[in-house]
Amino acid sequence: MHISPVLWQFLVKWLNASALFPREASTIAPYADALYFFLLLITVVGLVLVGVLVFGFSIRYRKEKHPVAVQVEGSTLLEATWTIIPLALFLIVFVWGALLYFRIYNPPTNAMNIYVVGKQWMWKAEHPGGQHEINALHVPTGRPVQLTMISQDVFHSFSIPDFRVKREVIPGRYSTVWFQATTPGTYHIFCTQYCGTNHSAMIGEVTVLSPDDYDKWTQESTSGMSLAQNGERLFASMGCNACHSGSAAARGPNLAGVYGSKLQLASGSQVLVNDAYLRDSILNPSQHITAGYAPIMPTYQGQISEDGLIDLVEYIKAMQNNYRVQQTLTTSQSNQAAPTTPGTVKP
Amino acid sequence: MSATHTIVNLPDQRTATLPKRNYLNNEDGLLSWLFTGDHKRIAILYLISITFFFFIGGAFAGLIRLELLTPQPDLVASDTYNKFFSMHGIIMIFLFLVPSVPATLGNFLIPIMIGAKDLAFPKVNLLSWYLYWIGGLFTMAALVLGGVDTGWTFTTPLSTHYLNTHVVTAATGVFIIGFSSIFTGLNFIVTIHRMRAPGMTWFRMPLFCWSNYAASILMVLGTPVLAITLVLVALERLVGIGVFDPTKGGDPLLFQHLFWFYSHPAVYIMILPGMGVISEVISTFSRKRVFGYTAVAFSSVAIALFGFFVWAHHMFIMGVSNYSALVFSLLTMLVAVPSAIKIFNWAFTLQKGSITFETPMLYAFGFLGLFTIGGMTGVFLGALGMDIHLTETYFIVAHFHFVMVGGMLMAFLAGIHFWWPKMTGRMYPESLSKLAAVTTFIGFNLTFLPQFILGYLGMPRRYHAYPPEFQVLNVLSTAGATVLGVGYMLPLLYLGWSLKYGAIAGNNPWQATGLEWQIQSPPLTENFIETPVVDHEAYDYEWLAHKTAQEVTTVG
Ligand code: HEM
Ligand SMILES: [Cu+2]
Repeated sequence: MHISPVLWQFLVKWLNASALFPREASTIAPYADALYFFLLLITVVGLVLVGVLVFGFSIRYRKEKHPVAVQVEGSTLLEATWTIIPLALFLIVFVWGALLYFRIYNPPTNAMNIYVVGKQWMWKAEHPGGQHEINALHVPTGRPVQLTMISQDVFHSFSIPDFRVKREVIPGRYSTVWFQATTPGTYHIFCTQYCGTNHSAMIGEVTVLSPDDYDKWTQESTSGMSLAQNGERLFASMGCNACHSGSAAARGPNLAGVYGSKLQLASGSQVLVNDAYLRDSILNPSQHITAGYAPIMPTYQGQISEDGLIDLVEYIKAMQNNYRVQQTLTTSQSNQAAPTTPGTVKP
Repeated sequence: MSATHTIVNLPDQRTATLPKRNYLNNEDGLLSWLFTGDHKRIAILYLISITFFFFIGGAFAGLIRLELLTPQPDLVASDTYNKFFSMHGIIMIFLFLVPSVPATLGNFLIPIMIGAKDLAFPKVNLLSWYLYWIGGLFTMAALVLGGVDTGWTFTTPLSTHYLNTHVVTAATGVFIIGFSSIFTGLNFIVTIHRMRAPGMTWFRMPLFCWSNYAASILMVLGTPVLAITLVLVALERLVGIGVFDPTKGGDPLLFQHLFWFYSHPAVYIMILPGMGVISEVISTFSRKRVFGYTAVAFSSVAIALFGFFVWAHHMFIMGVSNYSALVFSLLTMLVAVPSAIKIFNWAFTLQKGSITFETPMLYAFGFLGLFTIGGMTGVFLGALGMDIHLTETYFIVAHFHFVMVGGMLMAFLAGIHFWWPKMTGRMYPESLSKLAAVTTFIGFNLTFLPQFILGYLGMPRRYHAYPPEFQVLNVLSTAGATVLGVGYMLPLLYLGWSLKYGAIAGNNPWQATGLEWQIQSPPLTENFIETPVVDHEAYDYEWLAHKTAQEVTTVG
């Protein structure tokens, strides 16, 4: 799908200068704007049409001009026309909107992953390399970035208007959103779901850097420990390695390579091991017994923070990462890897 | 336009008086009102009550807009602001919009329009007014005790685990008000089914009755779900049952599903009766049958039924699966069609008419413009990918104000002006009322058009402070709100004035066809002395002309 470049560039440049229009700073933005203009167009046309009819008839048939009304039953032909034309237009909008939705919510497989935890009232971002940020996010241009998000308390919603992306951040489940930034600069991050007292202060800033600047930034702001390394420490301190030692005699299954595989459960069903599954089986182990093991794992509910869970998940992923699990919105019940969408992959 | 062109044919003001006996003076004393079973008196009780709550809700709107005049959080603290918009939303939705047209105009008119002496269950009708007030008092109690800051949506886990405000009190209020609307709906459905006068077939019924009938179906089927949801919220908050709590195996998204399963149909409860008013007004002032009567009638019912299948379009970004998002988006597009049909039917009702521009007609024209914008921006939100960017921003705020305030409130005012002479026996002052209609329209657009732009720029809703680049548009919006406020105050004043000083209206000042115009104004308590026999369609102006000619000859 390509948008006529010349006219488009002109329109967008002009609008950007007018301050009535958000900047276009991601690869998605032009697509969203195209649909927006189409919708604006049909709205204006519809409104003008209604206006012309109402004012036209009002002038033509006002009482002074037309003292006696002529009674008309209706007209099947006319009524069919104004049923079918709006229906057709709305169906076009539906298909267009759906294509855009899939484009926005299906991340490409090669996206780099950043975790975001929403809590009253801040955004915490965690990069796999161990960089932590609060109400800030640094990303490079030209690379798809996927955010894996979870809320620690209430509903929040992560929105970057200049990228035209937004996704609800939900307690108890991971949701994801992805984007590919195009223009270095800083842009607002808003929390758009009302979340209590300081809702309107839950604002952050995403800083888009050129790839070189981004590399510099990652090196300068590392805490020295990657998420996986933090996770490894937790894994030892919470006693996970007592059972998941990887040896044949261990009481729990070996976790190396488990991420991204399909696991046979004691209940007979199969699950895809993704972030959500890992999180859930740490919190509710008795509900996910791997075939061949006894239900002896204790629950860690209430003992590990969302940040800690992210570290553990990253650690387990890193144990032997055979392939990436692509996810849009995951619960531990979603056992299908999302299909790859070739059109959206830009390596 | 000179005054001679007005079609109002008022009785000779030197000799005219109000009918000696009517429903207003039939019995005296406050108690005769408080224990009345007369649907017309109950309608008046409702009218006074919802007007009261409208201006309280409006005061909160004013405070909200005043705070948003500047980007800094300078007028009130954030908690207070949150309470303001929560109270604004709760009052406007549950205490004003939902009951507005059905409980006032519907109550007053439906029995008369179908030739009945009262509603099917007069005592239940009175009970529903009392429930409205008990619910209203709970809501007010929540306000007076310190407020509630959940927003009108009561979203968990915020409302259940993270707020120390009067959530349960406010939810109890809304729960009780819900029963009031269930009873009103039941009463209308039974009345319309069982009490139509001889000859008043379904397809001779005025469209106002059709649209209230459709809204009643929604009230009866949808409101119980809201009640259940609120009970669950209260239980979760008080005893922690955990249905919405992920740490107990519950699911907060379940709340969203339940809540919107009511609240989406609720927007049709709010708008459908208004559409009925518009049909009556446009037909009367163009002196024509509503174009495609049957299509308009059925599209009301279609909207009501399909309205139950689109709730998840409030949840596109919340993690419904991609495939259910597709289905809900498609269904949303389908419900938009009946609304489009209606707009064109109304426009074509004007064609070949004999049109005059009385105040109700001006409001109805305002409705057409604003509702078209409101409806079309709904299509933006139904389009999946577009919704991602627009939802939870000021675009939403603008959209639903266009539909509900621009649409419903315009329709309500059109209806109040239209039937004022019937309800009170007196006319309102002509030029002031036109001024009010125009002021409202201008103020409305100035208030809410900038919010569409703010929304596309990304300004989130329910923000107490905002980045400075959004200020210009917010200032415009606040200025508009001031004008709008004036537009709403005017009718309050001159309608009050007209109660005493307004010209005597006579039975049928607009020369309209409905049964309500064939009886005296204000009507007798029993509406009709003899049950009328209906031998003509709704909006049959030829019948009316014939009848009037006959009366003239018998008198002369
Ligand atoms: C002068 C007229 C009005 C103004 C200036 C106004 C202003 C506002 C504003 C600024 C908000 C957004 C609050 C926020 O999200 O931060 C809002 C929300 C709302 N308004 Fe109004 N409003 C007006 C009239 C009305 C009327 C007449 C109704 C109903 C009949 C109404 C119903 C609502 C509802 C239901 C909400 C949603 C509340 C929520 O988000 O929880 N408004 N209004
Ligand atoms: Cu938030």
